[in-house]
Amino acid sequence: MIDKGEAQTLFEKVWSRHRVVERDDGQVLLYIDNHLVQDGGVPAFEFLRQRGLTPRAPHRTFATPDHYVPTDSRDLATIADPEKRFMAQTLADESARAGITHFGIDDARQGILHVIGPEQGLSWPGMVIVCGDSHTSTHGAMGALAFGIGATEVAHVLATQSLWQRKAKTMRITVDGALQAGVSAKDVVLSIIGKIGTAGATGHVIEYAGTTITGLSMEGRLTVCNMSIEAGARAGMIAPDDTTFQYLEGRPYSPKGQDWDSALARWRRLPSDAEASFDREVSLNAGAILPMVSWGTSPEDVLPITGRVPDPQALANADRRESGMRALDYMGLTPGMKLTDVQIDQVFIGSCTNGRIDDLRSAASVIKGRKVAAGVKAWVVPGSGLVKAQAEAEGLDRVFTAAGFQWRHAGCSMCLGTNGDIVAPGKRCASTTNRNFVGRQGPGSRTHLLSPMMAAAAAVTGRLTDVRQFMDEAPQP
Amino acid sequence: MKKFEALHAVAVPIQQSNVDTDQILPARYLQKPRSDNFGDYLFRDVRARRQGSNEMPFVLDQESYRNGTILVAKNNFGCGSSREHAVWALCDHGIRAVIAPSFGDIFFSNALKNGLLPIVLPAATVAALQDAIVARPGSQMKVDLEAQIVLAPDGTSHEFAIDSFAKHCMLNGLDEVDYTLSQMQAIVAFERSHDDEMPAPTGGQR
Repeated sequence: MIDKGEAQTLFEKVWSRHRVVERDDGQVLLYIDNHLVQDGGVPAFEFLRQRGLTPRAPHRTFATPDHYVPTDSRDLATIADPEKRFMAQTLADESARAGITHFGIDDARQGILHVIGPEQGLSWPGMVIVCGDSHTSTHGAMGALAFGIGATEVAHVLATQSLWQRKAKTMRITVDGALQAGVSAKDVVLSIIGKIGTAGATGHVIEYAGTTITGLSMEGRLTVCNMSIEAGARAGMIAPDDTTFQYLEGRPYSPKGQDWDSALARWRRLPSDAEASFDREVSLNAGAILPMVSWGTSPEDVLPITGRVPDPQALANADRRESGMRALDYMGLTPGMKLTDVQIDQVFIGSCTNGRIDDLRSAASVIKGRKVAAGVKAWVVPGSGLVKAQAEAEGLDRVFTAAGFQWRHAGCSMCLGTNGDIVAPGKRCASTTNRNFVGRQGPGSRTHLLSPMMAAAAAVTGRLTDVRQFMDEAPQP
Repeated sequence: MKKFEALHAVAVPIQQSNVDTDQILPARYLQKPRSDNFGDYLFRDVRARRQGSNEMPFVLDQESYRNGTILVAKNNFGCGSSREHAVWALCDHGIRAVIAPSFGDIFFSNALKNGLLPIVLPAATVAALQDAIVARPGSQMKVDLEAQIVLAPDGTSHEFAIDSFAKHCMLNGLDEVDYTLSQMQAIVAFERSHDDEMPAPTGGQR
């Protein structure tokens, strides 16, 4: 029996096992097990060189280009913009120089870091994982403490394999119950953000718990943890269980043989003790979650698809009233309009949020036997080369292309458009990504966040659509 | 890192919550080298949109605030992406301190590493500061990091908290890497025991 005073949360267990030293001001030097580096992180190598330092633990560092790679070719030489090409090429060069494992653009294992970490078995329960990208929170789904850092911190980790951190508070978000057909992990996390707001978890590490969460596939859990940062959290975690272990077993970088057995024994002790307490508790009922869609320019601006564009004038809080009006003006929407009447120009299925095989399978199940609406430009960008290959082995690429989708190569692509894949000014995109900020998908672009199934439904009708209407309807022959 | 010296400057109101780093520094400038003046890219799209409309210019482009180096912002300033370039853009424009009720977590730590002082004050205090500077555009405020005090235009003082080591680094223009390197013995000792429990992942042959 564990005494209440000794009881620890998952986060506290991982934290306490990575403390190197503690400073007088309470900051802890945390050891980093795994440092993931993407092509946008290239400036950090320059900072290091300016100081005459070299990467200290290349064996704990893994790199792949994702932000700047083209999705219509697998050749860096085809990148017309020299600055973009420089980013991807420099990551390859710096990795080779430092002895860092690098999954290059010509390697089927290349992809979005937050897709390939779990996929390669690089992200283990109990690890501390960092990356110069805010969506590093994704890896928390494996039971790791994983968070994004800035360029100076990337350089610090390269030089010292450690990072100064102040211990965050803990927040447990419990989701219980069965999800309706047509409702997915994306709808769960959008509902959570809608409920607590984009600063709702600031200063906290979230642990997602409850039967809905434990019932999700590994891919679904990764989607939930991915958007923790959109709730302001330092990180999001899910207790490792048999779903996690089954997913990890046999992956290229997972422990093998006796190492696997001893790792498994340690990992089974990671879940929060039953008596552990959290600084904050939030709960949601899964049965009440409907397919969600964003209407504004913040990920907290979400509603069930059955709703109408809200009227900001009706809000009591002056600040929210003004930001709501500004958002509607940017989005070109009018209060009271049915969300299902919103016409779209583009559909994007992909990203570190929803670029995994489960996501493509669920979108394909809606698309199968149907066609993309006239005038709608629809893309699928798999999250990794291996996701792409798996989807092709299952024939999903043909389902998408037969419907009129473009089937492209892996990368971050239109989630933020750093590689040049952007949504044109004024165009409206139904997107499985994570941020609907002003200009996120390109200057003047309008983003509606939704799940892969919902994106597929929107592609078919040319407007935001409740995917549940397709659930009972037989696909067209 | 530039030393943080006592600041007595025009304060600029940013009257919007959840200002994300995509607004502060649009993604297409992430590919620019650090040697560029990122001040040129600061709030680039917001500023351009205002210039092309009948609205007032963006606050940093208004005459009264052009030389402002203290931002007084709202809740959750700097949320979103981890891009340190957002901090570089503010620094290169000349901004030295941002006062807000709360910040995006990663932005906050990026700011400290670049000599940009993020100051958390209670929401009501920040709202009062905004009201004061909006009522008299061009009002000056003082920030005394040594004493951990913000002086409002009317002279009222507000104490703020900061980690003592971060304060030391800011005041002396030091970065953390040197200090951490001085802890290398502890890191090596930690690794010796930790490597058994959590070895580096290996074996990824194709």
